[in-house]
Amino acid sequence: MYNFTYHRAGSVDAAASRLAESGDAKLLAGGMTLLPTMKQRLAQPSELIDLNEIDGLKGITVSGGTVTIGAMTRHADVAASAEVKQAIPALARLAGLIGDPAVRNRGTIGGSIANNDPSADYPAAVVGLGATVVTNKREIAGDDFFTGMFETALDEGEIVTAVRFPVPQKAAYFKFPNPASRYAVVGVMVAKTASGVRVAVTGAGPCVFRQSDMESALSGNFSADALSGISQDADGLNEDIHASAEYRASLVVVGAKRAVAEIA
Amino acid sequence: MTGFGDFLGEFGDNMTVRVTTTVNGKLVSGDVEPNTLLVEFVRENLGLTGTHVGCDTSQCGACTVHFDGKPVKACTILALQAEGHQVLTIEGIGQPGNLHPMQAAFQENHGLQCGFCTPGMIMAGIGIAERNKGASLSEETIRAELEGNICRCTGYHNIVKSIAAGARDM
Repeated sequence: MYNFTYHRAGSVDAAASRLAESGDAKLLAGGMTLLPTMKQRLAQPSELIDLNEIDGLKGITVSGGTVTIGAMTRHADVAASAEVKQAIPALARLAGLIGDPAVRNRGTIGGSIANNDPSADYPAAVVGLGATVVTNKREIAGDDFFTGMFETALDEGEIVTAVRFPVPQKAAYFKFPNPASRYAVVGVMVAKTASGVRVAVTGAGPCVFRQSDMESALSGNFSADALSGISQDADGLNEDIHASAEYRASLVVVGAKRAVAEIA
Repeated sequence: MTGFGDFLGEFGDNMTVRVTTTVNGKLVSGDVEPNTLLVEFVRENLGLTGTHVGCDTSQCGACTVHFDGKPVKACTILALQAEGHQVLTIEGIGQPGNLHPMQAAFQENHGLQCGFCTPGMIMAGIGIAERNKGASLSEETIRAELEGNICRCTGYHNIVKSIAAGARDM
């Protein structure tokens, strides 16, 4: 790893002002992606601003039909939370499928969504559950947050502080993990909410997306059978040594059916 | 180190800085650079070479230590991030003649061949036992929760047996 300047931030405001002043500082959340990326020299920030000592960014609260998760809350804490398990079991399950236990003890929800890896799990939860991303400046609808591969709607100097998930009527998450990396080859979050059915797909494309054909079909008939006539277009999907675009397209349909079958 | 409002600390590149942390119950300090990894600090500054570096990419788990009581990969945490925190390494859990129950279980169940992954396996195994305290610990759970620890002698069968036995004795 190249060397860099290290800042231990004591507050979000301090981190934000430093981020705004600096040319190419990066925020250090759990570090589970950033530090390996820096070792490979795929990222070479001249400064790291560590958010780990800001206690106000950690914790889970459930009230009024909303689960609010602080940006620096670890995956393991979401996975083990009795409150999350009760309110949105699919969200706790998703958190427990990320990486491995040691990674889940460090990795954070804010870091995951700000990085927006195309194979990350949390983007499927944020979009699939219709969550709202809260930053130090504003609130961003989950549907508008993820803008492309490793790209988000975050501005320079903007820091995710929390994610608010409305509690759905039902939700389930299907994941086909890469057996070595545990990243999602394909992940599908299906949720039935008061305002309609949402189907969000991660891993398959360059960025999480909603599968509107499935959402329409499930709105009339919330059953796996409703998806039998639906196919996912492979055009533009990811293709690598692990899976072809066609295979990923097939997994999207299989995954959505299995998720629906779990809760229909 | 001032001038940034609420910054608790700021350290420039190529600048040696002092980190103070608690390792195996003892308050220790050492001079590190910002890019020094926790595992490098533990091995090179403190001489605690029981924690191994296998892949250096947070895949293999040989560097597993406990950070504030929870297993983490010490190759993917900066030494400076340990400031004021609690680190537990394989040296801190037992000694020859007075082994930790998980260490004893690995010995009794032949839970190792070359031994390179073993410190990480034991630290991860203690984590598995602690996370599942009070519940019956199935072989399936142990195998699933060992996904971040790789043994290249293909010795998983006895590792799983060791962790089951160690958890029973903890």
